[in-house]
Amino acid sequence: MRRGRLTGYWLMLPAGLWLAVFFVIPFYSLLATSLYDPEGSVLTGYDVGYRFANFVDVLQEFWRPLLRSLTYAGIATLICLVLGYLLAYAIAFKAGRWRTLLLVLVIAPFFTSFLIRTLSWKLILADDGFIVDALQTLHLMGENDRLLATPVAVIAGLVYNFLPFMVLPLYASLEKIDGRLVEAAGDLYASPSRGFLKVTLPLSMPGVVAGTLLTFIPAAGDYINAQLLGSTNQRMVGNVIQDLFTDTGDYAAAGALSVLLMVVIVAMVMVYIRKAGTEELL
Amino acid sequence: MNGLQRASRWVSDHIVLAGGLLVLVYMFVPIAIVMLMSFNDNSESRNVYAFRDFTFSNWTNMCGPDGMCESVLRSIGIGLAATLVATILGTLAAFALVRHNFRGRSVMNTVIFLPMASPEIVMGSSLLALFVSGGFGGRLGVVTIFIAHVMFCLSFVIVTVKARLSGLDQNLEQAAMDLYASEATTFWRITFPLVFPGIAAAALLSFSLSFDDFIITNLNAGQTVTFPMYVWGVAQRGVPMQVNVIGTIMFLISLALVLGNMFATRKKA
Repeated sequence: MRRGRLTGYWLMLPAGLWLAVFFVIPFYSLLATSLYDPEGSVLTGYDVGYRFANFVDVLQEFWRPLLRSLTYAGIATLICLVLGYLLAYAIAFKAGRWRTLLLVLVIAPFFTSFLIRTLSWKLILADDGFIVDALQTLHLMGENDRLLATPVAVIAGLVYNFLPFMVLPLYASLEKIDGRLVEAAGDLYASPSRGFLKVTLPLSMPGVVAGTLLTFIPAAGDYINAQLLGSTNQRMVGNVIQDLFTDTGDYAAAGALSVLLMVVIVAMVMVYIRKAGTEELL
Repeated sequence: MNGLQRASRWVSDHIVLAGGLLVLVYMFVPIAIVMLMSFNDNSESRNVYAFRDFTFSNWTNMCGPDGMCESVLRSIGIGLAATLVATILGTLAAFALVRHNFRGRSVMNTVIFLPMASPEIVMGSSLLALFVSGGFGGRLGVVTIFIAHVMFCLSFVIVTVKARLSGLDQNLEQAAMDLYASEATTFWRITFPLVFPGIAAAALLSFSLSFDDFIITNLNAGQTVTFPMYVWGVAQRGVPMQVNVIGTIMFLISLALVLGNMFATRKKA
C-alpha cells in the first residue's frame, strides 16, 4: 500500500490504547492487589507490600473450589467436545444446502440472555420437573433424589452455555477439509470409521484445540451456573472471588485467588498446546 | 448383500445427521421454555418453576415488576454506546492490521486475542483493581461499565472485521483506481460497502455481548443495575414472568437480525 507510513499507527492507536489501559495495565493492578497486606481494608486503604504469603493463604483456604472449578470445567469441556463434534460434523458434511441456516441456529441461542437460559435449566431440572419425574418413574433416581444442587446440574448448565464456543471452531476446521482426502481413504479400502480416525479427525485437530480452549477457559471462571443450579457444595472459584470482592471486601485475598486462577489456566493451556502439538496455532 | 450394505450406509449417514439435529434441539429446549413461561400465569402461586395457566398479561403488563424496564433501558443505552465506540475503534484497528505494516503489528495481533481467552472473572477483578487503586472505587457506575464493555467488545469487532477485510478481493479497488477514482472515492464506493456486512455483524455481536454481560459488569457496576444484574437479583427470591417476555423479545430480534445479515451478505457475495 502506498499510504503514509504512519497511517497504520494512527488507525491502531485508539483501540490499542484502550486495550493497554483497560486490559493490560489492570493485570498489574491485580498483581499489586494480590500482594497487599490483608490487614487493611477498602475504606482505610492498604499498605502496598509484597506479601507473597497471600497466595499460600488462599490456596490453603480455597483449594477445594479451585480444584472443583477445574474438574467441572474439564468434564463439561469433554461432553461439549463429543456433542459439539457431532453437531459440527453433521453441519459440515451432512447438511447440504441447509448449512448456513443450521449455523445461524447454533449461534441464535447465544444471543439470548445467559442468565435467563440458565434459569430455564433450573426449571427443566426442578424437583417436580419432567426430567426428574421421568427418571424417578424409570427408577433411575430415588424418590427423594434431586438433580438441582448437584454437580450434575452445574455441569449440565456449563455444557449447555458453552457449547456454541465448541461448535464454531470445530465447524471452521471441518469445513476446510478436502472431501477428496476422505474419498481417497475409502478408495484405499479404509472403512468409514478408519477413514474418520486416520483422516478427518487429525485434520480437524486445530478446531479441537481451539474449541476445547474456548470452552474450558470461560467455564473454569464461571460462577453463574454454580450459583443458580448448584448449592454451597458446588461453589466454584468464581463464586469465591466474587464474594471476596463484593461481600467480604477482602481485596488482597480476592486478587491473589484471581491471579492464581489465571496462572493455573495459562499453565494448563501451555501444557495442553504442547501435547496437542499445534504450537503454530497461536 | 448390496441392498444390506446400502441400508447400513443410509443408517450411518443419517445417524450422524439425526444426532447433530438432536444436539441442536437440545440447544433450543431452554429457549422454548422461556417462550412458554412468558405466557404463564403464576399470580395464584409462588412457584415460578411450573406452568399454571395461560395468560397474555405478562406481555401486556411488561413493565409491571419494579425496576425491570429501567434496567433494560439502561442496558440498551450502555450497549448502544459501547457498540458505537467499539465498532469504530475496532474497525480502524482491523484496517491497520490488515492493510498496513507497522512495528508491533504481530504483538497487537496476539494482544487482541487475549481478552477472548481470559476468564471473565479475572478480567473483571483486574479492572476493579485498577479502578480502586486509581481512586475511582466509590464512583463505579455507568461509566466504568461502559469502559469495561468497550474493552471486551473490541477484540470481537477486530477479529470479525479483519476476517471480512482479508477475504476482500483487492483487484476491485485496483480497478476503481485504474478508472481514475480518487483514494477517498474508492474507499467509500468500493471498500466500505464490501466490508460493511462484517462491520454490521461485529456491531450486532458487540451489542449482544454488552447487553448480556454479567460477570465483568457485576464487579464494576457499583450501585448501578443492568438487566442481567436485575435478573441475578430476582433469581434469589423468585423471577417475575415478565423476565421471560424480555428473553423472548431479545431472542426474536436477534434471530431476525442474524438472518437478515445472513441474507444480505449472501446477496452481495
